[in-house]
Amino acid sequence: MRTHARPWWQRALLTREMLTILILVVAWVVASAAVQGFDGPLTITYLVLDVAPVLLIALPMTLIIATGEIDLSVASVVGLSSVTFGLLHQAGLGLWVALLVSVLLGAVCGAVNGALVAYAGLPSLAVTIGSLALYRGLAVGLLGTTAVTGFPESWTDGATENLGESPYPVITLGLLLMIAVFAVVLHATPFGRDVLDIGRSSEAARFSGVDVKRTLLILFVLSGAVSALAGVYYTLRYGSARGDNATGMELQVVAAVLLGGVSIFGGRGAIHGVVAGVLLIGVLGSALRLEGVTVNVINIVIGSALVVSVVAPRIAGGLRVRRRSAAIAPHEPPRFAAGAHGDPDGGSAVGQGT
Amino acid sequence: MKFTSVLAAGTAAVLALGLTACGSGDEGGGGGGGGDDVTITMLPKNLGNPYFEASTAGAEEAAEELGATVEEVGPDAASPDAQVPFINTAAQQGVSALVVSANDPTAIGDALEEARSAGTKVVTFDSDTEPQFRDLFVNQASAEGIADKQLELISDQIGGEGEIAILSASANATNQNAWIALMEEKLASDYPDIELVETAYGDDDDQTSFDKTAALLQSHPDLKGIVSPTTVGIAAAARYVSTSEYKGKVAVTGLGTPNQMREYVEDGTVEAFALWNPNDLGYLATQAAAALAAGDITGEEGDTFEAGRLGEFTVGADGEVLLGEPYVFDKSNIADFDF
Repeated sequence: MRTHARPWWQRALLTREMLTILILVVAWVVASAAVQGFDGPLTITYLVLDVAPVLLIALPMTLIIATGEIDLSVASVVGLSSVTFGLLHQAGLGLWVALLVSVLLGAVCGAVNGALVAYAGLPSLAVTIGSLALYRGLAVGLLGTTAVTGFPESWTDGATENLGESPYPVITLGLLLMIAVFAVVLHATPFGRDVLDIGRSSEAARFSGVDVKRTLLILFVLSGAVSALAGVYYTLRYGSARGDNATGMELQVVAAVLLGGVSIFGGRGAIHGVVAGVLLIGVLGSALRLEGVTVNVINIVIGSALVVSVVAPRIAGGLRVRRRSAAIAPHEPPRFAAGAHGDPDGGSAVGQGT
Repeated sequence: MKFTSVLAAGTAAVLALGLTACGSGDEGGGGGGGGDDVTITMLPKNLGNPYFEASTAGAEEAAEELGATVEEVGPDAASPDAQVPFINTAAQQGVSALVVSANDPTAIGDALEEARSAGTKVVTFDSDTEPQFRDLFVNQASAEGIADKQLELISDQIGGEGEIAILSASANATNQNAWIALMEEKLASDYPDIELVETAYGDDDDQTSFDKTAALLQSHPDLKGIVSPTTVGIAAAARYVSTSEYKGKVAVTGLGTPNQMREYVEDGTVEAFALWNPNDLGYLATQAAAALAAGDITGEEGDTFEAGRLGEFTVGADGEVLLGEPYVFDKSNIADFDF
């Protein structure tokens, strides 16, 4: 770590996470003022219900991307878990049992990914694109184009009803708990430090005693289990177990995580930024839908935001490095000048990816 | 670090501008609760589907006549979870009415109930939800209407006598079996000279339906007509007949879509077939939605309302409004349709 010239509070305010939070606040204020219908209690209710599965999955995804890996199979695990939950309910099993089995199956899905990535040494991008197709195929194959419905109202209501008279759904409590757990794991435990160390340099982490393989396996298992939990929520929220549930949600999850300031190259990221990223995507979608913008345009906006959030720190880092290296050694190529500092503002993207 | 901050501010500004631009550009579409204007949201199963483009065109025509505004929204894939956010949005906007073709009879129910408790009238068309979730269902055709129309067509095309066969979807398709049962009844009572010799099942698979058509023609040399009450079946049967010796000798009819059937109508394999007119369906659903929003009707059985060029309609049992008899497509009108 280099020494910082600025006081701590300035550093805290100038982080990538604060930037996302700032954009979120701006988007909220602008939408409340300019978008008819946004400024109401229903907005908060729907926002929480809509972002809940993305938020849940984004939490383990943050840790995975922080190691420099990725899990693209998450939305397919949602679908598979939804179908499993539905079929077990149809077979007459209790819903708690169905939930447990679904989450366990999700963990197994994650373990398959994790084993291939960590122990077979395959690139996670390739492995999870494969399992994206595999798990979705299983999900659709198990139920065909039909759906399982008729879940007990006590369960479906639990997924959508509000806390008393407030606009906040009951599930808000569960989400806050999960956020807290993942924030503690990433920011206040040796495991979280290992995750970030792997992201900075997997080699260096291994030499300093981090069990890289085990850590990766745990993360993928976690991702599978949480995605499956999101799948059960999804099923109850819409009262319908279908193989095509949540198709394409991985895009929103990855977009939210990167918007939240997690480096796609690994090594840096914070839970509060990711929560802001998830909410930002939710707010943009909600406001644009209220304006009657078509779903294609919404996808363009989210896609652009994703590209900007990946490219901007890279360009910024590159330019800073160019300036810095120009001052020190004019002929040194900028590519090698940047160290893996883990800059709080995202500049660390340059020079990693060993 | 300074550069990042500048960039950050820039990104925020762009995003904010994007939102403001949308905010100011589209005042009419948003609509507001409590206003006098009738605002209608049209939510098809998915966008980019020619069938629903036709129904939305009908909705826009009706809205223009009524002085209402209609806005079409929808997901790009026909799944219920993708429809829910748009129903929620309609509730937030407090639109007068929501006209929706449901991707699932129960999955969007909660969202529809919330929209209704926010004062929005809900009309389903094309594909219904369970009755308790909506005010009205505009039904494109009744089972009796479909059965009668198909018999009428085949009887005309074979001169009122001879052997016919039915090419259905799968053996346990509920609606297919209901139509076939009605057709069998009607054949026995009203068409004594027409004999139904076989009902084959093509499983709504193009190749299977094609093969079953060949088998039907092989095993019944005197066959004069094939009725296929499924869009996959009729297209496969027409394709087989159009390139075989039976072209012009064996009639093919049933339920099909103009785009699938166009070449067979033009080359003379198929004289006429039936379906409903999605344009009229969207028109009627919008008229019904406006009548509900204006308080002219409540959706009770026996309520009547005026639906512009389509005339007067009466609400039937379970809040259903029937568009009418199936619509017949033939050489004279098929060019007018693109779905």
